[in-house]
Amino acid sequence: MKIFKNFAMTVAMGLAVGMTAAPLQAETPPNMLVIANRIDDITSLDPAESFEFAGSDVSRNVYGKLVNFDPMNLDAGYGPDLAASWTVSEDGRTITFTMREGVKFASGNPVRAEDAAWSLQRAVILNKTPSFILTQFGFTPENVKDTIKADGNTVSITTDKRYATSFVLNCLTATIGGILDKEEVMKHVDGDDMGNTWLKTNTAGSGAYTLVSWKPNESVTLQANPNFYMGEPAMKRVVVRHVQESSTQRLLLERGDIDVARNLNPEDVAGLEGTAGIAIDSELRGRLMYTSFNQKHPVLSKPEVRQAMKYLIDYEGMQNSFLKGQYVIHQNFLPATYLGAVDENPFSLNIEKAKELLAKAGVSGLEIEVGVREAQERIEIAQSLQNTFAQAGIKLNITVGTAKQILSRYRARELDMYLGAWGPDYPDPHTNAGTFAYNPDNSDEAQATGLLAWRNAWDTDGLTEQVAAAVVEGDRDVRAKMYADIQAKFREVSPFAIMYQKIEQTGRRDNVKNLNLGGAITAVSYWPVTK
Amino acid sequence: MAVAENNGTGRRASPRFLKVLVKILKTLGSVLITMLGLMFVTFLIGRVMPVDPVLSVVGERAGKDVYDAAYRAMGLDKPILVQFGYYLWDVLHGDFGISLLNARPVAEDIKRVFPATMELATLGTFFGVFIGVPLGVVAAVKRGSWIDQVARVVALVGYSMPIFWLGLMGLLIFYGILGWVGGPGRLDIFYEDLIPTRTGMVLVDSLLAGDWTVFKNALSHIILPASILGYYAMAYISRMTRSFMLEQLSAEYITTARVKGLPERTVIWRHAFGNIKVQLITVIALSYANLLEGAVLTETIFSWPGIGQYITTALLSADMNAVLGGTVVVGLIFVLLNIFSDLLYQVFDPRAK
Amino acid sequence: MSQTDTRKPTLREWLLTDTPTSRFHARMAALYNGWLTLRSNTMAMIGLGILLFLLLIAAFAPWIAPMDPLAQDLGGRLAPPGTDGHILGTDSLGRDILSRLIYGSRITLYIVTLVAIIAPGVGLLVGTVSGYIGGWTDAILMRITDIFLAFPRLVLALAFVAALGAGIENAVLAISITAWPPYARIARAETLTIRNSDYISAVKLQGARPLRIITKHIWPLCISSLIVRVTLDMAGVILAAAGLGFLGLGAQPPSPEWGAMIAEGRRFILDSWWVATMPGLAIFTVSLAFNLLGDGLRDVLDPKEGGS
Repeated sequence: MKIFKNFAMTVAMGLAVGMTAAPLQAETPPNMLVIANRIDDITSLDPAESFEFAGSDVSRNVYGKLVNFDPMNLDAGYGPDLAASWTVSEDGRTITFTMREGVKFASGNPVRAEDAAWSLQRAVILNKTPSFILTQFGFTPENVKDTIKADGNTVSITTDKRYATSFVLNCLTATIGGILDKEEVMKHVDGDDMGNTWLKTNTAGSGAYTLVSWKPNESVTLQANPNFYMGEPAMKRVVVRHVQESSTQRLLLERGDIDVARNLNPEDVAGLEGTAGIAIDSELRGRLMYTSFNQKHPVLSKPEVRQAMKYLIDYEGMQNSFLKGQYVIHQNFLPATYLGAVDENPFSLNIEKAKELLAKAGVSGLEIEVGVREAQERIEIAQSLQNTFAQAGIKLNITVGTAKQILSRYRARELDMYLGAWGPDYPDPHTNAGTFAYNPDNSDEAQATGLLAWRNAWDTDGLTEQVAAAVVEGDRDVRAKMYADIQAKFREVSPFAIMYQKIEQTGRRDNVKNLNLGGAITAVSYWPVTK
Repeated sequence: MAVAENNGTGRRASPRFLKVLVKILKTLGSVLITMLGLMFVTFLIGRVMPVDPVLSVVGERAGKDVYDAAYRAMGLDKPILVQFGYYLWDVLHGDFGISLLNARPVAEDIKRVFPATMELATLGTFFGVFIGVPLGVVAAVKRGSWIDQVARVVALVGYSMPIFWLGLMGLLIFYGILGWVGGPGRLDIFYEDLIPTRTGMVLVDSLLAGDWTVFKNALSHIILPASILGYYAMAYISRMTRSFMLEQLSAEYITTARVKGLPERTVIWRHAFGNIKVQLITVIALSYANLLEGAVLTETIFSWPGIGQYITTALLSADMNAVLGGTVVVGLIFVLLNIFSDLLYQVFDPRAK
Repeated sequence: MSQTDTRKPTLREWLLTDTPTSRFHARMAALYNGWLTLRSNTMAMIGLGILLFLLLIAAFAPWIAPMDPLAQDLGGRLAPPGTDGHILGTDSLGRDILSRLIYGSRITLYIVTLVAIIAPGVGLLVGTVSGYIGGWTDAILMRITDIFLAFPRLVLALAFVAALGAGIENAVLAISITAWPPYARIARAETLTIRNSDYISAVKLQGARPLRIITKHIWPLCISSLIVRVTLDMAGVILAAAGLGFLGLGAQPPSPEWGAMIAEGRRFILDSWWVATMPGLAIFTVSLAFNLLGDGLRDVLDPKEGGS
């Protein structure tokens, strides 16, 4: 036993030393930004295909778009980027963009209207996963040559009916709106792939940076684009290194081997607070944490049961403990800062009320299975639910699996209950309304696997029509009101319990200035960064 | 085809040559069969895994039409034997296919990740052998003494400690506090891409390029993870060495040798140790092969882009081309190491004949 | 023990006899002799003691555990050892770590026992048969062993659990399936060196059949190397189970499996070190015990070294 005692002592001492000793400082070169992040989700860097977080981070810094967000003023909404200005036709269906003069791609080729039109057409024709962001406006591979057209210095986009202009423009700020260097891409075409194979691992854009290398699960290296129209950025090289563990990221940051750590857990953030030379930023992101109940289940589909479930979640307890600082209670499907977002959070843990509702529905001895992927914070949420559900007599069995495994079952409508996260695809309220509260055909045959309402076999109780109406409403205030109404009903009747909105906590060396992660609406921007 | 030609020329050669030839052919045959079996089992695994490879490609948001298109493009609508046939055909042409996850040739990925693992495993085994073998021999000779006890505790502690804990503590103390070693990763970011890639092993490449700064930096990064892996290898090797040595030391011929008055050193190192060499090489080969397979946890903690991480990530995302490619390479090395130790048995161990 | 002794005062003599009266008698006598040897090895007895202690803890978990291993208290999470009666502190959900460890001992014992029986058992069978019979049997069995051996372990384990479904039993099976090939190779290597010895030739001349030779004469000679390997493997087995648990394919939450507890606690390693370290120490202690005992057993079971 003595061995163990000594061992434990050594451990304790080592840790005590670790807490107090000031780590020796290393330093990264002054014109180089080094970031630790998890980048194992990158599957492709082609803007027509790229759809994951780390991929969007690269895209945003490599590709210019027609309209874009100013990282130093995100609240202003979209503004001109490669398009200097635009006009909307009288019927509201055609938007005509005038290209900015004198902008060049990293290759030196001029950015033409031709490039812009071709890039958007290409995304529609390739029909990869994110293509719905464009095709929801009625573009098809057949008609896209007529609906998206270049003419001299202008590009015009004609939608199948009238939509809110802000909706269309917001969609163009998504990754898929990235404008490619057509001449450059054409050199690398393989068959009819429109350069897809080449663009998965190479870039051809006009943004602040160009890709030097992407080593999967290892690093992404970017280099400043001297042709960038806003001027070459201060950081000549940006290296994003894949570091899986939060504690490892923390050590790297403390030692000064990296400038920014992006995946610190609440405990490591707390440990870093007050450390000299390190600052912690908190930025509200668009991701929501939610749980949902399959309406194919005979008991879970009862209205009282759906209600009861929402009272069986310890929102406060989790927010103030293991989710501290990284998730904030949010019970509506539109993330805060979105048009139409509301901040009413009526539900809190109330076992008695839940029991009452369950009794009213005549439910007893309920046993259900929840599917959750193998991320610790989600497993902990699941265990907290297990605990509170048990107090109302519901037995919750947790099935943990890999992301793809759980997702396959969720998409096949096989899970009783799902616990997971959802991030918006583009900064318009329709991105979430169109999936949480929209389900035109609830039959198994419809296979609308992209819609969350369909995955939970929920017919939306009439919200589908309201969502369809809101998306074509031109008046901003009326539109906002419509979404508020939809969410009010959604909160009460839907089989979704939206729980939290994500706050990303970033540790950075305090000499790094102007790093903006993109808030709830876009991805990170490296070009304003200085050291 | 080459096989048939060899046979033709062999017929005119001496019987001894023929015998060796048959032996080589037999060995080649067994390697082929093993590899084929390995590939087929892996392929089957890919099909029974409840992870949907299509989802890895198209992502969560994909609608039905995008999903179906990808399903067909991946050839998943064909019968499994046909799929395997296609795969085999490609592999025979040196093509391991394209990784579903990162859209680049698997062969290229493996060329990148395997040297990283090899560098780590080789250095680790090196530590393990050079400390473990003498420790095991001494522990056996001085059985019951304090050296034996210390060796026992050192080995058992090493073997019983969760590796990620040891790794993190090592990082915290030697990197975080003392700053004696480099941090996670193979090189400081500043040094990356400074030297041309020849073998993919940074230590070797930097030596070839004659760049001492890079070499020193790489060494400072590899020393900690390699020591930790080496500790584990050492624990295993020293225990096995001790066990083998005890067996020999209690044998009659050792007593005879001692009675004949041979010096103790000769008895131990020439006679006893000489007899366990072959067994020992099997153990070392096994332990080396285990490290080559990739120490997933160590690689994770030290952000070491090795093959263990590569295969695991690929597996969890059902990137079966990558899993197959990785498995085939790791498998081939296993098989070769085994054949190597088999040969040693037959050449050096008179009892095995 | 003492009761048995008083009721049968001749038992000790019966066991220590030089002239066994039956086959059963002889075997018992041999076992007793072995026990006496083992008892004189302090280290082994410490190991055995720890394991017996573990067995007791597992058996009486509900009575020993100070708290409900599943009871959460988000307000009192990550409390350091000694806080509010939590002797070993609390985890991320405020559960008492000591109580979880105590209940977790049941799962650990279950996994270890099953794997320690299945994997070496299969390995021994395949290895000795292959080594002794040789020829085609050897070729085929060794190719199969090679195929399994050549697999990266995690790939194989994951695949089997994936095919069979998540859960402790399937995790045990998966680990066993990945663990047997090394045993087979070691057993075969041993068999090859024993096969042509004078001793075996003598037994053959007496007309013993291959089955008898393998089970009676080769197995006992292989066991020592296997036992050393098994005991050294046990920590690996526990951690492999944890690895599967970590990937969601082993013990499902909130089950207090030690490995899964480590996986849960590793996030806090820099600040709340006890969450991962306590189960780590538990695993460390148990595998150390296995190692100590295994070392002692080796002396007893190894006929090549036997006192007689």
